[in-house]
Amino acid sequence: MATEVHNLQELRRSASLATKVFIQRDYSDGTICQFQTKFPPELDSRIERQLFEETVKTLNGFYAEAEKIGGSSYLEGCLACATAYFIFLCMETHYEKVLKKISRYIQEQNEKIFAPRGLLLTDPVERGMRVIEISIYEDRCSSGSSSSGSSSGSGSSSSAGGGGAGAR
Amino acid sequence: MSVMVVRKKVTRKWEKLPGRNTFCCDGRVMMARQKGIFYLTLFLILGTCTLFFAFECRYLAVQLSPAIPVFAAMLFLFSMATLLRTSFSDPGVIPRALPDEAAFIEMEIEATNGAVPQGQRPPPRIKNFQINNQIVKLKYCYTCKIFRPPRASHCSICDNCVERFDHHCPWVGNCVGKRNYRYFYLFILSLSLLTIYVFAFNIVYVALKSLKIGFLETLKETPGTVLEVLICFFTLWSVVGLTGFHTFLVALNQTTNEDIKGSWTGKNRVQNPYSHGNIVKNCCEVLCGPLPPSVLDRRGILPLEESGSRPPSTQETSSSLLPQSPVPTEHMNANEMPEDTSTPEEMPPPEPPEPPQEAVEAEK
Repeated sequence: MATEVHNLQELRRSASLATKVFIQRDYSDGTICQFQTKFPPELDSRIERQLFEETVKTLNGFYAEAEKIGGSSYLEGCLACATAYFIFLCMETHYEKVLKKISRYIQEQNEKIFAPRGLLLTDPVERGMRVIEISIYEDRCSSGSSSSGSSSGSGSSSSAGGGGAGAR
Repeated sequence: MSVMVVRKKVTRKWEKLPGRNTFCCDGRVMMARQKGIFYLTLFLILGTCTLFFAFECRYLAVQLSPAIPVFAAMLFLFSMATLLRTSFSDPGVIPRALPDEAAFIEMEIEATNGAVPQGQRPPPRIKNFQINNQIVKLKYCYTCKIFRPPRASHCSICDNCVERFDHHCPWVGNCVGKRNYRYFYLFILSLSLLTIYVFAFNIVYVALKSLKIGFLETLKETPGTVLEVLICFFTLWSVVGLTGFHTFLVALNQTTNEDIKGSWTGKNRVQNPYSHGNIVKNCCEVLCGPLPPSVLDRRGILPLEESGSRPPSTQETSSSLLPQSPVPTEHMNANEMPEDTSTPEEMPPPEPPEPPQEAVEAEK
């Protein structure tokens, strides 16, 4: 079986950007960072609803963990205050650690799930935590330069739906 | 024979950021453009404390206790550290929407409101959200081309949207927002304590020395004392009052901006949906809660093909947009003069941040 990990650089070379979808923030719980899990219609033919929702829910969970107000965050805050915040010169905050986890998760999701479907998730941190940007690519080369049947398509742009079907 | 190594100049993202901020130390330091009053703050604090350490402390350390200058030094270092942290850090600026995102939002707005015929003023763009059973309106920012998150506001002086915008403080030379509010609060708190401390020990010094050599001789020997007492006296009234006001805001989890606009005054049964209802919990969240890192990525390196282009200057875009006029008053009440924050030199010099003080007076 050919590798399931679709090379992202190959995707960029062989595919052209068709459009972008932006998942907006969900403020119903206040100012904490949460994204809407509403499934955008543009992704209807590209990815399963459940996979998409799972990804967004996991991201929301990570952000909730980063912004959690509890014993450990108070301890960190008080310790930082006691050292006149000089401790931040040598220590990473809890939030920054979780953001790194989120970066790794998004990269993993891109490699395993999104890139084979011709999609690319952009880390919200690169968009000021305002949106999750999902780039939709259309394959432009005729020969299947991408790896297995789970790739985004075998050539023409109309095969995008077939790529999704091939993944199932 | 020598090999020439050509070093390409790296362009960092801060060089191309829109907005009216100044950056120093290759993007590590971020401040507002007008820094004159900040330098005055620094000068007053450094000058007064230098005089105190040089004259009064030497006498009091011998006569009373060496702990006096030690404690003063700790207070002084803490307030300087928090002042510099407040002034130099990113207050929580929300980066502007990239063209793709802006176009997507425009499309959504047009789909909701319908296309506006050419030449007609577009309707105000508002989205409603329900937070804890309160309807919160999100306003669209025409400069940044985003729907502002709740509690965010656009600062007309720095020309940025700032999260949990409190106010623009000319005395620290920066906006006070989500990321630096705790430093600001600790700065005014420690400055209050420092001012009270220096004032009190100046009085003690004058009293002790006058017993030995007389009042006028004391003043002649250390004329700096008079200056210190004067500065501390005026600073006391303003900074201590400001600290009290912000303690009240922290306890209720409100911002100066919301207080001035009267967002949660209780009329129409509107309650603050962000407050936990418990003073201790509110204080803990505001002062010791998790600190989000800056999303501006000032020191990121721009790819070569982007480094040649420059985002449109905000003066050009803002002057051409019709609905821009309400935006500069966003962070001030409609009946407060918005010019107060942009022309701080008109205010009486010894008084620290004016807008919140006006809010205190308005409340009285």
